[in-house]
Amino acid sequence: MRPILMKGHERPLTFLKYNRDGDLLFSCAKDHTPTVWFADNGERLGTYRGHNGAVWSCDVSKDSTLLVTGSADQTAKLWNVQTGTQLYTFNFDSPARSVDFSVGDKLAVITTDPFMELTSAIHVKRISRDPSNQIGESALILKGPQGRINRAVWGPLNRTIISAGEDAVIRIWDSETGKLLKESEKETGHKKPITSLVKSSDGSHFLTGSLDKSAKLWDTRTLTLIKTYVTERPVNAVTMSPLLDHVVLGGGQDASAVTTTDHRAGKFEAKFFDKILQEEIGGVKGHFGPINALAFNPDGKSFSSGGEDGYVRLHHFDPDYFNIKI
Amino acid sequence: MADVMPVLEDRAAQLGIDLSQVDFDSIRLPPGEDFGIISDDEDLKEVDHLEFDQGFDNIIVVDNLPVVPSEKFDKLVGVIRKIYSQIGTIKEDELWMPVDASGKTLGYCFIEYNTPQEAELAKEKTHGYKLDRSHIFAVNMFDDIDKFMKVPDEWAPPETKPYTPGENLEQWLTDEKARDQFVIRAGSDTEVLWNDARHLKPEPVYKRSFWTESFVQWSPLGTYLATVHRQGAAVWGGASSFNRLMRFAHPQVKHIDFSPGERFLVTYSSHEPSNPRDTHRVVLNIFDVRTGKVMRDFKGSADEFSVGGAGGVTGVSWPVFRWGGGKDDKYFARIGKNVISVYETETFTLIDKKSLKVENVMDFNWSPTDPILALFVPELGGGNQPARVSLVQIPSKEELRQKNLFSVSDCKMYWQSNGDYLAVKVDRYTKTKKSTYTGFELFRIKERDIPIEVLELENKNDKILAFAWEPKGHRFAIIHGDSPRPDVSFYTMRSGTNTGRVVKLTTLKGKQANALYWSPAGRFIILAGLKVFNGQLEFYNVDELETMATAEHFMATDIEWDPTGRYVATAVTSVHEMENGFNIWSFNGKLLYRILKDHFFQFLWRPRPPSFLSPEKEEEIAKNLKKYSKKYEAEDQDVSMLLSEQDREKRRMLKDEWDRWVHEWKRLHEEEKMERQKLRDGEASDEEEEYEAKEVEVEELLDVTEEVVSFEYEQE
Repeated sequence: MRPILMKGHERPLTFLKYNRDGDLLFSCAKDHTPTVWFADNGERLGTYRGHNGAVWSCDVSKDSTLLVTGSADQTAKLWNVQTGTQLYTFNFDSPARSVDFSVGDKLAVITTDPFMELTSAIHVKRISRDPSNQIGESALILKGPQGRINRAVWGPLNRTIISAGEDAVIRIWDSETGKLLKESEKETGHKKPITSLVKSSDGSHFLTGSLDKSAKLWDTRTLTLIKTYVTERPVNAVTMSPLLDHVVLGGGQDASAVTTTDHRAGKFEAKFFDKILQEEIGGVKGHFGPINALAFNPDGKSFSSGGEDGYVRLHHFDPDYFNIKI
Repeated sequence: MADVMPVLEDRAAQLGIDLSQVDFDSIRLPPGEDFGIISDDEDLKEVDHLEFDQGFDNIIVVDNLPVVPSEKFDKLVGVIRKIYSQIGTIKEDELWMPVDASGKTLGYCFIEYNTPQEAELAKEKTHGYKLDRSHIFAVNMFDDIDKFMKVPDEWAPPETKPYTPGENLEQWLTDEKARDQFVIRAGSDTEVLWNDARHLKPEPVYKRSFWTESFVQWSPLGTYLATVHRQGAAVWGGASSFNRLMRFAHPQVKHIDFSPGERFLVTYSSHEPSNPRDTHRVVLNIFDVRTGKVMRDFKGSADEFSVGGAGGVTGVSWPVFRWGGGKDDKYFARIGKNVISVYETETFTLIDKKSLKVENVMDFNWSPTDPILALFVPELGGGNQPARVSLVQIPSKEELRQKNLFSVSDCKMYWQSNGDYLAVKVDRYTKTKKSTYTGFELFRIKERDIPIEVLELENKNDKILAFAWEPKGHRFAIIHGDSPRPDVSFYTMRSGTNTGRVVKLTTLKGKQANALYWSPAGRFIILAGLKVFNGQLEFYNVDELETMATAEHFMATDIEWDPTGRYVATAVTSVHEMENGFNIWSFNGKLLYRILKDHFFQFLWRPRPPSFLSPEKEEEIAKNLKKYSKKYEAEDQDVSMLLSEQDREKRRMLKDEWDRWVHEWKRLHEEEKMERQKLRDGEASDEEEEYEAKEVEVEELLDVTEEVVSFEYEQE
């Protein structure tokens, strides 16, 4: 498996997202320009210029026309995927961290960081079909969790919002009323900040990665812990294969400690685990720094990883990957 | 918590607070305040009763002073002050000499020092001090007077305690599966585990938080586990769990050491001097492990105890006392300036009441099995008097063998574990005296007259990086050469026909190794590249002279064979930040399992006492190994069958469980299909729609050019 190295960002990667068809890959980095790539050959298709700060995450609509990005410049922006033009800017009073479109792309959930006196918050915005009718008002604002909310995504039928962040607690909120429905328990939950959260392709379960060196698989409806995957380094990014029962964890030691040790000690591999048996089955080396972002192609035949080193590595699996038996 | 909740709810209702809105975990109590709620943390109740100092431990009582009338009072006080202020700082106006009604002194006085240590020192130094012939000081700690007062005048026969049968301390040896135990220390937890290699995982035996304050140590035969605390050391053991068997009080103990037969425990502490110019004070106690009685104590300045070794200001080279004479714990010795003091444990006094005088002795080593000392004296008088290594028999102090060596810079002595051979590594100066080269002197202890053989490496200039005897065997291994890729050579003291000569077996060129770890059963060795080599491991069979496996435990810091030589543990301890934990390997280099633990400090196999089988019997077993191993192989097979069966079963169960869960989800998912479609404006949702190929024709007008073309009707 020879990866394709995609060098387009000048700063560490923060987020990766495939569109639904799996032909485009969107990457966000601490430089200010989200980039779109061809997902098969890694060719750069274009960039989205306009942000004035690190871009933390993005999401693309089901029909691949609309892109939403959240940035440290205290805005979230809507873009035309094809032309790269800015359609709308949501202004906040603190950096926007996570963005996610609902089923049907009529709503978006955006989280904002704690900043100055402000606490972190989860905002729900209505997305109108016609950008000229777009309004900036939030349909709902949720507050409560301590510290940064690193990820907030929609639950089944857009009825709930699942959030996770620095306080290590996973919360499920009612997206209509804003009521807190469920919270992960102390015993089963993560012990340190949750860095990433990804839903399965059917939305039935989701995977969280945490600095406590583990990733956990949860039932989306009941918030019961299904599986735990333990690794030897902090987990920055997680993803799940839509095809096989595999999960991938990426991470590494803190960026600040990287220079003090051999690159092998940092454990910058993407680790594959069997989703059901919770056993490690393999690893993909390559990054010269912690992995910050991981994404599986919706067809399950390739995945990409983005690192602190500023590279996106696009891996197409060898045929024997699909015959792994343990 | 449960019983306070109703109360809390009532109170909350009164105040109109909705308890569900309160995040209890966010409430921070001021430190030290418990609002009258007693913690239900069991550990807190268990804390041993602490002994607080009474406040008088810095006062001494000096007795047997001259009795003087009041006119001489000031003079006496002056004399005493002079004597005692040399030792430490006497508190202001805290030298008090009581007088009777006529002003005559009573013959004693009290002195209060700044610290208990000074008082202790003063007592030690001046007890028995002769002021003049009739006045010999008797100095006591003030606190002790109380104790002496309580001694009854009549002697009462000691009560005989009824015999209480103790636990079987060797229970662990009777394990049905013949497994070995080990102890690990990670974070605040200390844990004893079985190495269940068949099941590829450790099985917990006993775990305890804050079991020790610095480290743990097994006794040499594995009977006890010793823990170290501020107040002293303790040993633990027992049949099923670990109970405290004995405590050994020794404040601020730093090092401990068992005698080889684990009858005695040596504890060591070093204390800050009261006077910065003085060296540290050193206290050593030798306890009887079973009774807890102090058999002998040694006190002195660090200087006295640091001769010969690289001691330094704060401590001495450990162990101070080296135990000899095999497992009988008969003798122990320490090196001093120009002497070796050999004590015997019958009376805990010097043998013949005299130390062994050896001018300029640098180092000594006991034979592991016999009461024989090997000692090294360096060159003297600029080479006029040669350096020498000699073997001394104890208790006769008779010199068995001596070897003079010339132009020596340093010597290191290595005993083979049965005491059959002694290898002396000799670093000699070259003719120019600018560099050194290394050779070996090999002593055959068990042969008549102890023949000595000289071994030199083929390349004389090779540096020796490591040397190790095969345990119980006749071979040794050397790492020599230059550091990035040194060579490893194996020699035997006994090759086939030629029993009297050392013969080289083989040299392995360019190995990434800097340490040698023989299996305790011999035959197998690990060539390890620790530190700079990042934990390279090569498992080598010396009988067949072949590499069995090469592996890596990245950043490994420690390697330890289990006492039977079946398994090896490699560990990354907390000197590294990342990847702390340990790996267990089979003797032939197969990784069995790995355990990761943050803040991993120690890994120690529980030692086993020597086997009761006679060497003949052992040989017989080794010869007929096939016969004996059959039973175990069958067992192994059963276990592995069972294991794979269990494994399959477990996997199937997990898969089934998952499938059930997915199925349930699918059902719900199906039910919600319509709603999802609605959310998507009726667009067929999910997977089922997939790719309906739509052909979209996109016409893009790229450029429009209008050109006027002139027509010329030429031919008409």
